[in-house]
Amino acid sequence: MLREWMTIVTHQQLAHQTYLLELQGEIAGLVDNPGQFVHLQISEQYFLRRPVSIADVSPIKGTITLLYKVMGEGTEALTKKEAGEKMDVVGPGGKGFPMDEINSKKALLIGGGIGIPPLYYLAKELTAKGIEVESVLGFRSENDLFYLEEFKSLGEVHITTNDGSVGTQGFVTDALPALDTIETYFTCGPTVMLKNVKEKLDGIPGYISIEERMGCGIGACFACVLETPGGCGKGYVKVCSDGPVFRPEEVIL
Amino acid sequence: MIDTTVKLPGIHMKNPIMPASGCFGFGKEFSQFYDLSLLGAIIIKASTGERRFGNQTPRVAETSSGMLNAIGLQNPGVDGVITDELPFLYPYKTPIIANVAGSTLEEYSLVAEKLSKSGVDALEINISCPNVKEGGVQFGTDPKLAYEVTKQVKKVSSLPVYIKLSPNVTDIVGLAKAVEKAGADGLSMINTLTGMRIDPHTRKPIIANQTGGLSGPAIKPVAIRMIHQVYQEVDLPIIGMGGIETTDDIVEYLLAGASAVAIGSANFKNPNICKELIHELPETLQKFGFNSVKEAVGGAHH
Repeated sequence: MLREWMTIVTHQQLAHQTYLLELQGEIAGLVDNPGQFVHLQISEQYFLRRPVSIADVSPIKGTITLLYKVMGEGTEALTKKEAGEKMDVVGPGGKGFPMDEINSKKALLIGGGIGIPPLYYLAKELTAKGIEVESVLGFRSENDLFYLEEFKSLGEVHITTNDGSVGTQGFVTDALPALDTIETYFTCGPTVMLKNVKEKLDGIPGYISIEERMGCGIGACFACVLETPGGCGKGYVKVCSDGPVFRPEEVIL
Repeated sequence: MIDTTVKLPGIHMKNPIMPASGCFGFGKEFSQFYDLSLLGAIIIKASTGERRFGNQTPRVAETSSGMLNAIGLQNPGVDGVITDELPFLYPYKTPIIANVAGSTLEEYSLVAEKLSKSGVDALEINISCPNVKEGGVQFGTDPKLAYEVTKQVKKVSSLPVYIKLSPNVTDIVGLAKAVEKAGADGLSMINTLTGMRIDPHTRKPIIANQTGGLSGPAIKPVAIRMIHQVYQEVDLPIIGMGGIETTDDIVEYLLAGASAVAIGSANFKNPNICKELIHELPETLQKFGFNSVKEAVGGAHH
Protein backbone atom coordinates (compact mmCIF):
# COMPACT_ATOMS: atom_id res chain seq x y z
CA MET A 1 0.00 0.00 0.00
CA LEU A 2 1.20 3.48 -0.86
CA ARG A 3 0.33 7.09 -0.29
CA GLU A 4 0.77 8.77 -3.62
CA TRP A 5 -0.19 11.87 -5.59
CA MET A 6 -1.92 10.35 -8.61
CA THR A 7 -2.70 12.29 -11.79
CA ILE A 8 -6.27 12.64 -12.96
CA VAL A 9 -6.39 11.36 -16.55
CA THR A 10 -10.16 11.42 -17.12
CA HIS A 11 -13.01 12.83 -15.07
CA GLN A 12 -16.50 12.73 -16.53
CA GLN A 13 -20.13 12.35 -15.54
CA LEU A 14 -21.63 8.96 -16.45
CA ALA A 15 -25.13 9.17 -15.02
CA HIS A 16 -27.21 11.08 -12.49
CA GLN A 17 -24.77 12.04 -9.67
CA THR A 18 -22.37 9.35 -10.90
CA TYR A 19 -18.84 10.11 -12.12
CA LEU A 20 -15.90 8.27 -13.63
CA LEU A 21 -12.43 9.17 -12.39
CA GLU A 22 -9.35 7.66 -14.01
CA LEU A 23 -6.10 8.07 -12.05
CA GLN A 24 -2.56 7.36 -13.12
CA GLY A 25 0.24 6.32 -10.78
CA GLU A 26 2.18 3.51 -9.15
CA ILE A 27 -0.84 2.33 -7.16
CA ALA A 28 -2.31 0.94 -10.41
CA GLY A 29 0.53 -1.58 -10.54
CA LEU A 30 -0.11 -2.77 -6.98
CA VAL A 31 -3.72 -3.95 -7.37
CA ASP A 32 -3.87 -7.69 -6.64
CA ASN A 33 -7.51 -8.50 -7.14
CA PRO A 34 -10.87 -6.95 -8.10
CA GLY A 35 -12.77 -5.69 -5.05
CA GLN A 36 -9.93 -3.61 -3.58
CA PHE A 37 -10.35 0.12 -2.98
CA VAL A 38 -8.42 3.37 -2.76
CA HIS A 39 -8.78 6.05 -0.07
CA LEU A 40 -9.10 9.54 -1.55
CA GLN A 41 -8.28 12.82 0.19
CA ILE A 42 -10.59 15.31 -1.47
CA SER A 43 -9.05 18.48 -0.04
CA GLU A 44 -7.75 19.96 3.21
CA GLN A 45 -11.34 20.97 3.94
CA TYR A 46 -12.47 17.36 4.36
CA PHE A 47 -10.75 15.68 7.26
CA LEU A 48 -11.45 12.03 6.47
CA ARG A 49 -10.55 10.22 3.28
CA ARG A 50 -13.29 8.67 1.13
CA PRO A 51 -13.04 4.96 0.27
CA VAL A 52 -13.85 4.27 -3.41
CA SER A 53 -13.73 0.82 -4.99
CA ILE A 54 -11.62 0.14 -8.05
CA ALA A 55 -13.83 -0.40 -11.12
CA ASP A 56 -11.07 -1.19 -13.58
CA VAL A 57 -7.29 -1.34 -13.94
CA SER A 58 -5.27 -0.65 -17.08
CA PRO A 59 -1.76 -2.07 -16.67
CA ILE A 60 -0.73 -0.58 -20.03
CA LYS A 61 -1.75 2.99 -19.15
CA GLY A 62 -0.86 2.53 -15.49
CA THR A 63 -4.30 3.74 -14.44
CA ILE A 64 -7.16 2.76 -12.19
CA THR A 65 -10.76 3.70 -12.93
CA LEU A 66 -13.09 4.68 -10.10
CA LEU A 67 -16.83 5.27 -10.34
CA TYR A 68 -18.30 7.26 -7.49
CA LYS A 69 -21.65 8.71 -6.56
CA VAL A 70 -22.21 12.13 -5.01
CA MET A 71 -23.26 11.28 -1.45
CA GLY A 72 -22.58 14.57 0.32
CA GLU A 73 -20.41 17.69 0.39
CA GLY A 74 -17.13 15.80 0.05
CA THR A 75 -18.02 13.86 -3.07
CA GLU A 76 -19.73 17.01 -4.47
CA ALA A 77 -16.40 18.84 -4.09
CA LEU A 78 -14.66 15.91 -5.78
CA THR A 79 -16.72 16.49 -8.96
CA LYS A 80 -14.92 19.87 -9.39
CA LYS A 81 -11.49 18.26 -9.87
CA GLU A 82 -10.19 18.37 -13.43
CA ALA A 83 -8.01 16.18 -15.62
CA GLY A 84 -4.34 17.04 -15.10
CA GLU A 85 -4.77 17.79 -11.39
CA LYS A 86 -3.10 15.58 -8.76
CA MET A 87 -4.98 13.66 -6.08
CA ASP A 88 -3.74 12.41 -2.71
CA VAL A 89 -4.49 8.66 -2.75
CA VAL A 90 -3.73 5.82 -0.32
CA GLY A 91 -4.07 2.31 -1.71
CA PRO A 92 -4.75 -0.21 -2.93
CA GLY A 93 -6.56 -1.11 0.28
CA GLY A 94 -8.17 -4.29 1.51
CA LYS A 95 -8.38 -7.79 0.17
CA GLY A 96 -10.48 -8.25 -2.95
CA PHE A 97 -12.16 -11.27 -4.49
CA PRO A 98 -9.61 -14.14 -4.25
CA MET A 99 -9.25 -14.88 -7.96
CA ASP A 100 -6.86 -17.79 -7.43
CA GLU A 101 -9.43 -19.67 -5.32
CA ILE A 102 -12.28 -19.39 -7.80
CA ASN A 103 -12.92 -22.41 -9.99
CA SER A 104 -16.40 -22.26 -11.45
CA LYS A 105 -17.92 -22.61 -14.87
CA LYS A 106 -20.50 -19.94 -14.27
CA ALA A 107 -20.73 -17.02 -11.87
CA LEU A 108 -23.61 -14.72 -10.98
CA LEU A 109 -22.78 -11.07 -10.25
CA ILE A 110 -25.30 -9.05 -8.28
CA GLY A 111 -24.71 -5.33 -7.82
CA GLY A 112 -26.76 -2.51 -6.40
CA GLY A 113 -26.12 1.18 -7.19
CA ILE A 114 -22.58 2.28 -6.46
CA GLY A 115 -21.81 -1.34 -5.43
CA ILE A 116 -21.77 -2.21 -9.14
CA PRO A 117 -18.37 -0.72 -10.17
CA PRO A 118 -16.02 -3.30 -8.53
CA LEU A 119 -18.07 -6.07 -10.18
CA TYR A 120 -17.06 -4.75 -13.60
CA TYR A 121 -13.35 -5.36 -13.01
CA LEU A 122 -14.32 -8.69 -11.44
CA ALA A 123 -16.41 -9.65 -14.52
CA LYS A 124 -13.45 -8.87 -16.77
CA GLU A 125 -11.09 -11.00 -14.69
CA LEU A 126 -13.57 -13.89 -14.43
CA THR A 127 -14.20 -14.01 -18.18
CA ALA A 128 -10.44 -13.83 -18.74
CA LYS A 129 -10.21 -17.02 -16.67
CA GLY A 130 -12.87 -18.61 -18.89
CA ILE A 131 -15.66 -18.30 -16.34
CA GLU A 132 -19.05 -17.38 -17.79
CA VAL A 133 -20.71 -14.42 -16.03
CA GLU A 134 -24.33 -13.36 -15.76
CA SER A 135 -25.15 -10.06 -14.03
CA VAL A 136 -28.10 -8.59 -12.18
CA LEU A 137 -27.69 -4.84 -11.76
CA GLY A 138 -30.03 -2.73 -9.67
CA PHE A 139 -30.44 1.05 -10.06
CA ARG A 140 -32.79 3.63 -8.61
CA SER A 141 -34.08 4.86 -11.96
CA GLU A 142 -33.39 5.22 -15.69
CA ASN A 143 -31.14 8.28 -15.12
CA ASP A 144 -28.88 6.32 -12.78
CA LEU A 145 -27.88 3.62 -15.28
CA PHE A 146 -24.19 3.25 -16.10
CA TYR A 147 -21.80 0.66 -17.59
CA LEU A 148 -24.60 -1.41 -19.21
CA GLU A 149 -22.77 -1.88 -22.49
CA GLU A 150 -19.59 -2.77 -20.64
CA PHE A 151 -21.35 -5.50 -18.65
CA LYS A 152 -23.28 -6.71 -21.75
CA SER A 153 -20.00 -7.22 -23.60
CA LEU A 154 -19.03 -9.76 -20.92
CA GLY A 155 -22.27 -11.73 -20.48
CA GLU A 156 -26.01 -11.70 -20.02
CA VAL A 157 -27.35 -8.73 -18.00
CA HIS A 158 -30.63 -8.25 -16.09
CA ILE A 159 -31.61 -4.75 -14.98
CA THR A 160 -33.87 -3.69 -12.14
CA THR A 161 -34.97 -0.17 -11.20
CA ASN A 162 -36.84 0.89 -8.08
CA ASP A 163 -39.36 2.84 -10.16
CA GLY A 164 -39.62 0.38 -13.05
CA SER A 165 -38.41 2.95 -15.62
CA VAL A 166 -36.07 0.31 -17.07
CA GLY A 167 -36.02 -3.47 -16.64
CA THR A 168 -37.80 -5.22 -13.81
CA GLN A 169 -39.43 -2.97 -11.23
CA GLY A 170 -38.09 -3.66 -7.74
CA PHE A 171 -34.80 -4.86 -6.34
CA VAL A 172 -32.05 -7.17 -7.60
CA THR A 173 -33.60 -10.08 -5.71
CA ASP A 174 -36.75 -9.65 -7.88
CA ALA A 175 -34.82 -10.43 -11.07
CA LEU A 176 -32.61 -13.36 -10.15
CA PRO A 177 -32.17 -15.80 -13.07
CA ALA A 178 -32.48 -19.60 -12.80
CA LEU A 179 -29.89 -20.56 -10.19
CA ASP A 180 -29.33 -24.21 -11.14
CA THR A 181 -26.24 -23.54 -13.28
CA ILE A 182 -24.73 -20.92 -10.94
CA GLU A 183 -21.69 -22.24 -9.08
CA THR A 184 -20.54 -19.05 -7.35
CA TYR A 185 -22.10 -15.66 -6.72
CA PHE A 186 -20.47 -12.28 -6.12
CA THR A 187 -22.36 -9.32 -4.73
CA CYS A 188 -21.71 -5.74 -3.73
CA GLY A 189 -24.13 -3.04 -2.65
CA PRO A 190 -25.95 -1.59 0.35
CA THR A 191 -26.03 -3.85 3.42
CA VAL A 192 -29.81 -4.39 3.24
CA MET A 193 -29.39 -5.70 -0.32
CA LEU A 194 -26.50 -7.96 0.71
CA LYS A 195 -28.67 -9.44 3.47
CA ASN A 196 -31.47 -10.26 1.03
CA VAL A 197 -29.08 -11.70 -1.54
CA LYS A 198 -27.39 -13.84 1.11
CA GLU A 199 -30.78 -15.25 2.16
CA LYS A 200 -32.03 -15.92 -1.37
CA LEU A 201 -28.80 -17.57 -2.49
CA ASP A 202 -28.30 -19.59 0.65
CA GLY A 203 -26.51 -22.82 -0.23
CA ILE A 204 -24.58 -21.39 -3.19
CA PRO A 205 -20.94 -20.48 -2.47
CA GLY A 206 -20.58 -16.73 -2.56
CA TYR A 207 -18.53 -13.63 -1.89
CA ILE A 208 -19.98 -10.38 -0.56
CA SER A 209 -18.30 -6.99 -0.66
CA ILE A 210 -19.31 -4.60 2.11
CA GLU A 211 -19.65 -0.81 2.25
CA GLU A 212 -18.85 0.84 5.59
CA ARG A 213 -17.82 4.22 6.93
CA MET A 214 -14.05 4.16 7.47
CA GLY A 215 -11.52 6.10 9.51
CA CYS A 216 -7.95 5.18 8.60
CA GLY A 217 -8.76 2.63 5.86
CA ILE A 218 -5.68 0.54 6.73
CA GLY A 219 -6.90 -1.48 9.72
CA ALA A 220 -5.60 0.61 12.61
CA CYS A 221 -8.58 2.58 13.93
CA PHE A 222 -11.35 -0.04 14.33
CA ALA A 223 -14.05 2.23 12.85
CA CYS A 224 -15.35 -0.29 10.30
CA VAL A 225 -15.68 -3.54 12.20
CA LEU A 226 -18.32 -6.26 11.88
CA GLU A 227 -19.05 -9.05 14.32
CA THR A 228 -18.41 -12.63 13.28
CA PRO A 229 -21.02 -15.38 13.82
CA GLY A 230 -20.62 -17.00 17.21
CA GLY A 231 -17.63 -14.77 17.89
CA CYS A 232 -15.43 -17.01 15.74
CA GLY A 233 -11.85 -15.95 15.05
CA LYS A 234 -11.12 -12.74 16.91
CA GLY A 235 -14.88 -12.09 17.21
CA TYR A 236 -14.73 -9.32 14.65
CA VAL A 237 -13.39 -8.45 11.23
CA LYS A 238 -12.21 -5.09 9.93
CA VAL A 239 -13.96 -4.23 6.65
CA CYS A 240 -11.05 -2.11 5.38
CA SER A 241 -8.23 -4.59 5.92
CA ASP A 242 -9.77 -8.08 6.42
CA GLY A 243 -12.34 -7.26 3.69
CA PRO A 244 -14.13 -5.56 2.07
CA VAL A 245 -14.79 -9.00 0.51
CA PHE A 246 -15.97 -11.78 2.81
CA ARG A 247 -17.67 -15.16 2.54
CA PRO A 248 -21.31 -14.66 3.60
CA GLU A 249 -20.86 -17.08 6.50
CA GLU A 250 -17.91 -15.11 7.89
CA VAL A 251 -19.80 -11.99 9.01
CA ILE A 252 -23.01 -10.82 10.65
CA LEU A 253 -24.61 -8.23 8.36
CA MET B 1 23.16 20.09 14.77
CA ILE B 2 19.77 20.38 16.42
CA ASP B 3 19.29 18.14 19.46
CA THR B 4 15.88 16.49 19.20
CA THR B 5 16.37 13.96 22.01
CA VAL B 6 13.99 13.91 24.93
CA LYS B 7 14.36 12.07 28.23
CA LEU B 8 11.16 11.39 30.13
CA PRO B 9 10.57 8.93 32.98
CA GLY B 10 10.99 5.49 31.42
CA ILE B 11 11.36 6.72 27.88
CA HIS B 12 14.50 7.97 26.21
CA MET B 13 13.52 9.27 22.81
CA LYS B 14 15.43 10.15 19.63
CA ASN B 15 12.81 12.78 18.97
CA PRO B 16 9.69 14.02 20.76
CA ILE B 17 7.20 12.51 18.28
CA MET B 18 5.03 9.46 18.90
CA PRO B 19 1.69 8.22 17.58
CA ALA B 20 -1.22 8.67 20.01
CA SER B 21 -3.15 5.77 21.52
CA GLY B 22 -6.04 4.53 19.41
CA CYS B 23 -4.78 6.15 16.21
CA PHE B 24 -2.04 3.65 15.41
CA GLY B 25 -3.47 0.27 16.43
CA PHE B 26 -0.56 -1.85 17.63
CA GLY B 27 1.75 -0.54 14.93
CA LYS B 28 1.57 -3.33 12.38
CA GLU B 29 -0.49 -1.46 9.77
CA PHE B 30 1.81 1.56 9.74
CA SER B 31 4.95 -0.57 9.46
CA GLN B 32 4.11 -1.07 5.77
CA PHE B 33 4.56 2.69 5.26
CA TYR B 34 7.80 3.34 7.19
CA ASP B 35 10.29 1.89 9.69
CA LEU B 36 8.76 2.24 13.17
CA SER B 37 12.28 2.59 14.64
CA LEU B 38 12.16 6.22 13.43
CA LEU B 39 9.54 7.09 16.03
CA GLY B 40 10.41 8.73 19.35
CA ALA B 41 8.05 6.26 21.03
CA ILE B 42 4.82 4.39 20.30
CA ILE B 43 1.65 4.59 22.38
CA ILE B 44 -0.41 1.48 21.64
CA LYS B 45 -4.18 1.12 21.64
CA ALA B 46 -5.90 0.71 25.03
CA SER B 47 -6.01 -2.65 26.76
CA THR B 48 -8.82 -3.71 29.10
CA GLY B 49 -9.11 -6.74 31.38
CA GLU B 50 -11.23 -8.78 28.98
CA ARG B 51 -11.61 -8.47 25.22
CA ARG B 52 -14.11 -5.81 24.14
CA PHE B 53 -16.01 -5.57 20.90
CA GLY B 54 -16.70 -1.87 21.26
CA ASN B 55 -19.68 0.16 20.08
CA GLN B 56 -22.06 -0.32 17.17
CA THR B 57 -21.17 1.28 13.84
CA PRO B 58 -21.09 3.99 12.52
CA ARG B 59 -18.23 4.79 14.84
CA VAL B 60 -16.76 7.82 13.06
CA ALA B 61 -18.05 11.06 11.56
CA GLU B 62 -16.28 13.94 9.91
CA THR B 63 -16.46 17.46 11.37
CA SER B 64 -15.03 20.84 10.45
CA SER B 65 -11.27 20.48 11.02
CA GLY B 66 -11.58 17.14 12.71
CA MET B 67 -13.59 14.05 13.39
CA LEU B 68 -15.74 12.33 15.99
CA ASN B 69 -15.09 8.76 17.02
CA ALA B 70 -16.80 6.33 19.34
CA ILE B 71 -14.90 3.08 18.90
CA GLY B 72 -15.57 2.04 22.50
CA LEU B 73 -12.14 0.67 23.48
CA GLN B 74 -12.32 -2.36 21.18
CA ASN B 75 -9.33 -4.55 21.99
CA PRO B 76 -8.41 -8.22 22.42
CA GLY B 77 -8.01 -7.88 26.20
CA VAL B 78 -4.73 -7.42 28.05
CA ASP B 79 -3.64 -11.06 27.67
CA GLY B 80 -4.29 -10.96 23.93
CA VAL B 81 -2.37 -7.69 23.62
CA ILE B 82 0.61 -9.16 25.46
CA THR B 83 0.74 -12.47 23.54
CA ASP B 84 -0.50 -11.46 20.07
CA GLU B 85 0.29 -7.77 19.56
CA LEU B 86 3.33 -6.66 21.58
CA PRO B 87 5.85 -9.22 20.21
CA PHE B 88 5.60 -7.54 16.81
CA LEU B 89 6.85 -4.25 18.30
CA TYR B 90 9.74 -5.51 20.43
CA PRO B 91 12.30 -5.79 17.59
CA TYR B 92 11.92 -2.06 16.85
CA LYS B 93 14.26 0.22 18.72
CA THR B 94 11.44 2.39 19.95
CA PRO B 95 10.10 2.75 23.51
CA ILE B 96 6.56 1.43 23.94
CA ILE B 97 3.94 3.11 26.11
CA ALA B 98 0.97 0.84 26.82
CA ASN B 99 -2.43 2.45 27.33
CA VAL B 100 -4.46 1.03 30.23
CA ALA B 101 -8.25 1.27 30.46
CA GLY B 102 -10.92 -0.17 32.71
CA SER B 103 -14.36 0.11 34.24
CA THR B 104 -13.34 -0.39 37.87
CA LEU B 105 -10.32 0.30 40.05
CA GLU B 106 -9.67 -3.45 40.12
CA GLU B 107 -9.62 -3.65 36.33
CA TYR B 108 -7.15 -0.75 36.04
CA SER B 109 -4.90 -2.47 38.62
CA LEU B 110 -5.08 -5.85 36.90
CA VAL B 111 -4.32 -4.48 33.43
CA ALA B 112 -1.53 -2.22 34.70
CA GLU B 113 0.08 -5.04 36.67
CA LYS B 114 0.06 -7.42 33.69
CA LEU B 115 1.38 -4.80 31.26
CA SER B 116 4.10 -3.63 33.61
CA LYS B 117 5.58 -7.15 33.47
CA SER B 118 5.24 -7.47 29.69
CA GLY B 119 8.31 -5.59 28.54
CA VAL B 120 6.80 -2.20 27.70
CA ASP B 121 8.59 0.95 28.89
CA ALA B 122 5.82 3.00 30.48
CA LEU B 123 2.08 3.05 31.09
CA GLU B 124 -0.46 5.64 30.02
CA ILE B 125 -3.59 5.43 32.12
CA ASN B 126 -6.72 6.22 30.16
CA ILE B 127 -9.05 7.87 32.68
CA SER B 128 -10.61 9.93 29.93
CA CYS B 129 -12.29 7.77 27.28
CA PRO B 130 -15.64 9.45 26.61
CA ASN B 131 -17.04 6.50 24.65
CA VAL B 132 -17.69 3.74 27.14
CA LYS B 133 -20.65 3.56 29.49
CA GLU B 134 -18.86 2.46 32.63
CA GLY B 135 -15.63 3.82 33.98
CA GLY B 136 -13.26 5.61 31.69
CA VAL B 137 -14.19 9.22 31.85
CA GLN B 138 -15.74 9.25 35.35
CA PHE B 139 -12.28 8.51 36.74
CA GLY B 140 -11.02 11.48 34.77
CA THR B 141 -13.62 14.03 35.79
CA ASP B 142 -13.61 13.50 39.56
CA PRO B 143 -10.28 14.44 41.21
CA LYS B 144 -10.88 11.98 44.07
CA LEU B 145 -11.34 9.04 41.70
CA ALA B 146 -8.41 10.20 39.57
CA TYR B 147 -6.27 10.22 42.72
CA GLU B 148 -7.48 6.72 43.67
CA VAL B 149 -6.85 5.14 40.29
CA THR B 150 -3.37 6.69 40.05
CA LYS B 151 -2.50 5.49 43.55
CA GLN B 152 -3.71 1.95 42.78
CA VAL B 153 -1.83 1.73 39.50
CA LYS B 154 1.38 3.10 41.04
CA LYS B 155 1.11 0.45 43.76
CA VAL B 156 1.05 -2.47 41.30
CA SER B 157 3.36 -1.13 38.61
CA SER B 158 7.11 -0.73 38.63
CA LEU B 159 6.94 1.34 35.42
CA PRO B 160 6.53 5.10 35.10
CA VAL B 161 2.85 6.05 34.92
CA TYR B 162 1.46 8.81 32.70
CA ILE B 163 -2.12 9.82 33.35
CA LYS B 164 -4.13 10.80 30.27
CA LEU B 165 -6.37 13.69 31.25
CA SER B 166 -9.81 14.49 29.91
CA PRO B 167 -10.58 18.00 28.65
CA ASN B 168 -14.25 17.50 29.57
CA VAL B 169 -13.79 19.14 32.97
CA THR B 170 -14.13 22.63 34.42
CA ASP B 171 -10.88 22.54 36.37
CA ILE B 172 -8.07 20.75 34.54
CA VAL B 173 -5.47 22.01 37.04
CA GLY B 174 -7.38 20.39 39.93
CA LEU B 175 -7.27 17.03 38.16
CA ALA B 176 -3.59 17.37 37.30
CA LYS B 177 -2.72 18.26 40.91
CA ALA B 178 -4.72 15.28 42.22
CA VAL B 179 -2.81 12.77 40.09
CA GLU B 180 0.51 14.47 40.86
CA LYS B 181 -0.21 14.03 44.57
CA ALA B 182 -1.02 10.36 43.95
CA GLY B 183 2.43 9.81 42.47
CA ALA B 184 1.95 10.07 38.71
CA ASP B 185 5.21 10.33 36.74
CA GLY B 186 3.77 12.35 33.88
CA LEU B 187 0.66 13.59 32.09
CA SER B 188 -0.82 13.02 28.66
CA MET B 189 -2.93 15.94 27.53
CA ILE B 190 -5.52 15.86 26.10
CA ASN B 191 -8.02 13.14 25.26
CA THR B 192 -10.95 13.97 22.94
CA LEU B 193 -13.75 16.44 23.65
CA THR B 194 -17.25 14.97 23.78
CA GLY B 195 -19.30 15.98 20.75
CA MET B 196 -22.18 15.03 18.49
CA ARG B 197 -23.30 15.38 14.88
CA ILE B 198 -26.85 14.95 13.63
CA ASP B 199 -27.78 13.93 10.08
CA PRO B 200 -30.56 16.26 8.84
CA HIS B 201 -31.90 13.51 6.53
CA THR B 202 -32.42 10.91 9.26
CA ARG B 203 -32.77 13.47 12.12
CA LYS B 204 -30.60 11.15 14.21
CA PRO B 205 -27.04 11.35 15.54
CA ILE B 206 -24.62 10.03 12.89
CA ILE B 207 -22.63 7.99 15.40
CA ALA B 208 -24.45 4.91 16.74
CA ASN B 209 -23.20 5.71 20.26
CA GLN B 210 -24.79 9.17 19.72
CA THR B 211 -21.83 11.06 21.20
CA GLY B 212 -18.23 10.69 20.17
CA GLY B 213 -14.83 12.14 20.96
CA LEU B 214 -13.79 15.15 18.89
CA SER B 215 -10.20 15.16 17.67
CA GLY B 216 -8.19 16.95 15.00
CA PRO B 217 -7.07 20.56 14.55
CA ALA B 218 -10.44 21.75 15.92
CA ILE B 219 -9.28 20.89 19.47
CA LYS B 220 -5.69 22.13 19.28
CA PRO B 221 -6.34 25.52 20.93
CA VAL B 222 -8.13 23.78 23.82
CA ALA B 223 -5.15 21.47 24.37
CA ILE B 224 -2.65 24.34 24.16
CA ARG B 225 -4.62 26.35 26.72
CA MET B 226 -4.89 23.40 29.14
CA ILE B 227 -1.20 22.49 28.87
CA HIS B 228 -0.30 26.15 29.38
CA GLN B 229 -2.39 26.22 32.58
CA VAL B 230 -1.18 22.90 33.96
CA TYR B 231 2.51 23.60 33.21
CA GLN B 232 2.42 26.56 35.59
CA GLU B 233 0.88 24.65 38.48
CA VAL B 234 2.18 21.09 38.25
CA ASP B 235 5.72 19.76 38.20
CA LEU B 236 5.25 16.79 35.87
CA PRO B 237 6.38 16.26 32.29
CA ILE B 238 3.57 16.55 29.77
CA ILE B 239 3.06 14.61 26.54
CA GLY B 240 0.95 17.02 24.47
CA MET B 241 -1.63 15.93 21.90
CA GLY B 242 -4.65 17.20 20.01
CA GLY B 243 -4.80 18.15 16.34
CA ILE B 244 -1.07 18.22 15.54
CA GLU B 245 -0.50 18.21 11.78
CA THR B 246 2.65 20.31 11.26
CA THR B 247 6.00 20.93 12.93
CA ASP B 248 4.83 24.48 13.69
CA ASP B 249 2.05 22.86 15.73
CA ILE B 250 4.68 20.84 17.61
CA VAL B 251 6.64 24.00 18.49
CA GLU B 252 3.42 25.55 19.78
CA TYR B 253 2.91 22.53 22.09
CA LEU B 254 6.51 22.68 23.33
CA LEU B 255 6.18 26.40 24.05
CA ALA B 256 2.96 25.79 26.01
CA GLY B 257 4.82 23.30 28.21
CA ALA B 258 4.74 19.87 26.58
CA SER B 259 8.03 17.91 26.67
CA ALA B 260 6.97 15.57 23.88
CA VAL B 261 3.99 15.24 21.56
CA ALA B 262 1.66 12.58 20.20
CA ILE B 263 0.10 12.55 16.75
CA GLY B 264 -3.47 11.28 16.61
CA SER B 265 -6.06 11.46 13.88
CA ALA B 266 -3.58 13.03 11.42
CA ASN B 267 -2.32 9.45 10.98
CA PHE B 268 -5.63 8.68 9.23
CA LYS B 269 -5.21 11.53 6.74
CA ASN B 270 -1.60 10.79 6.02
CA PRO B 271 -0.18 7.44 7.11
CA ASN B 272 3.35 8.88 6.73
CA ILE B 273 2.69 11.91 8.95
CA CYS B 274 4.91 10.91 11.92
CA LYS B 275 7.86 10.13 9.67
CA GLU B 276 7.45 13.43 7.80
CA LEU B 277 7.19 15.49 11.00
CA ILE B 278 10.28 13.80 12.45
CA HIS B 279 12.19 14.67 9.30
CA GLU B 280 11.07 18.32 9.30
CA LEU B 281 11.32 19.10 13.02
CA PRO B 282 15.02 20.12 13.23
CA GLU B 283 14.58 22.72 10.49
CA THR B 284 11.47 24.15 12.15
CA LEU B 285 13.17 24.36 15.55
CA GLN B 286 16.02 26.21 13.89
CA LYS B 287 13.61 28.56 12.11
CA PHE B 288 12.26 29.67 15.51
CA GLY B 289 15.74 30.03 17.02
CA PHE B 290 16.02 26.81 19.04
CA ASN B 291 19.03 24.49 19.12
CA SER B 292 17.17 21.70 20.88
CA VAL B 293 13.71 20.46 21.79
CA LYS B 294 14.49 21.05 25.48
CA GLU B 295 15.11 24.75 24.87
CA ALA B 296 11.60 25.19 23.50
CA VAL B 297 9.74 23.43 26.32
CA GLY B 298 7.73 25.93 28.35
CA GLY B 299 9.10 28.81 26.26
CA ALA B 300 5.80 30.67 26.40
CA HIS B 301 6.15 31.09 30.16
CA HIS B 302 9.49 32.96 30.35
